[in-house]
Amino acid sequence: MKKIILVLGILLLAGGMVFAGGAQEAVEVEQSAGEEAVEAPENPRVKLATTTSTDNSGLLAYLLPKFTEATGYKVDVIAVGTGAALELGEKGDVDVVLVHARAKEDAFVSDGYGVNRKDVMHNDFVLLGPPSDPAGIADAESAAEALTIISENQSDFVSRGDNSGTHFKEQNLWKEAGTTPSGNWYKEAGQGMGAVITMTNNMQGYTLADRGTFIAMRNKIDLEVLFEGDPVLFNPYGIIAVDPDRHPHVNYDGAMALVNWITGKEGQQLIADFRMDGDQLFHPDAM
Amino acid sequence: MQSAFAHAIELIVTGDREVIAIALTSLRFALSSVGIAALISIPLGVLLHFNRFRMKRAVVAVLNALMALPTVVVGLLVFSLISRSGPLGQLNMLFSPAGVILGQVILASPILISLVFSGLSRMDSRFHETLITLGAKQRDVLIASLVEGRFVIISAILAGFGRVIGEVGVSMMLGGNIRWYTRTMTTSIALETSKGEFELGLALGMILMIIALAVNGIIHSLVKSDA
Repeated sequence: MKKIILVLGILLLAGGMVFAGGAQEAVEVEQSAGEEAVEAPENPRVKLATTTSTDNSGLLAYLLPKFTEATGYKVDVIAVGTGAALELGEKGDVDVVLVHARAKEDAFVSDGYGVNRKDVMHNDFVLLGPPSDPAGIADAESAAEALTIISENQSDFVSRGDNSGTHFKEQNLWKEAGTTPSGNWYKEAGQGMGAVITMTNNMQGYTLADRGTFIAMRNKIDLEVLFEGDPVLFNPYGIIAVDPDRHPHVNYDGAMALVNWITGKEGQQLIADFRMDGDQLFHPDAM
Repeated sequence: MQSAFAHAIELIVTGDREVIAIALTSLRFALSSVGIAALISIPLGVLLHFNRFRMKRAVVAVLNALMALPTVVVGLLVFSLISRSGPLGQLNMLFSPAGVILGQVILASPILISLVFSGLSRMDSRFHETLITLGAKQRDVLIASLVEGRFVIISAILAGFGRVIGEVGVSMMLGGNIRWYTRTMTTSIALETSKGEFELGLALGMILMIIALAVNGIIHSLVKSDA
């Protein structure tokens, strides 16, 4: 009778440890591939809070293993919106942030939360919609005019609604258009870039997206770039280390290793080489 | 969608490294948290059953209510606790396996305590009386009850395991869905679906169901061979 309790105990406790070891091993094997040349730093885990666009586009999955290879640091990516990423940096829950909302980034630095802000790369925002373009935004003169047309037609528009860099940009565009979007046609999703593009595709509506994520997903969706090229749609990304004076526990050495590598020759060249079906997703800015 | 399904099966059959790592991470979190929750909750459930005290009904009612606690609420509470600006910030648990396991222990414990308590309460009261008339000491009664109530305890553990292996709120908020580190089957499914990548999500969904079936199957066969 005690056998069963014994077996259960083994299942739960020892089993848990075996799995712990097993999973850890699998992870180590995965991460140590090609890493022998570099000695592991003292504190090898770096926490990076970043936007969903850099993650959903596949850029980080492509870049970071090479960073690990070059420096020995492992980067834990927490992909949230720009607003949430900066918040995690302010609280000291991450070591470094990679975001895209210049005004907020400058405030983050001037308020004493971050140091060593550097430009990393840029791409641009585009307005996506169904190929038939029912609202007719393709001929708009500006991004603001395109949004005005969408709101006048009450065509479905999916907003990120998550205080991300893309959401901030969209809000500024509505301001510029002099419209406060509301109504059934305006859908605040509160989700990441990939999820919002998927939703927009299912509704065959319109949305504002960064070009990188769009290129990464375009084979799976029936949406097209209907409006692009307005200078206001410029989308620069910056990287900022969390200030170690404010949060002494942060892995500042690891953060600066990432800042220097991603804005250095190797990182910048890799960003320029990151392509999907021949199209470049991000353009390096620190070369 | 059909090709997504085929691809999902291929990912499982060929033992895709990332799929396996993710499945093992999920299992590791769930087994660790249920193990810890069991160590805390089974004694508490037994104590609750054997002791009479004021407010006992209230405690039971609260425990029952906590069983329905939304995972995101637990996630939020623990997040504010273990964030650097929170009281336990020093421990550096946010966005690490320890954070997820802490959240899942909190999720599973009310279920385990409640089910152990209610299961023991349903046992024939003559069982205890008989033991006592046969001269059993308090300690003997306790051990005998645990042995007699083992099926209750097993099903409580299973229910706790079911609650944590399938939850996404705590894993996402406290683990951060970090690749090769805290990415579990459920957070991965949420991520892949949002990216429009249904294959990996489907593969993981299938593994999740297979694991649930296997765990239940193993326990049931143990129970059967024991009885």
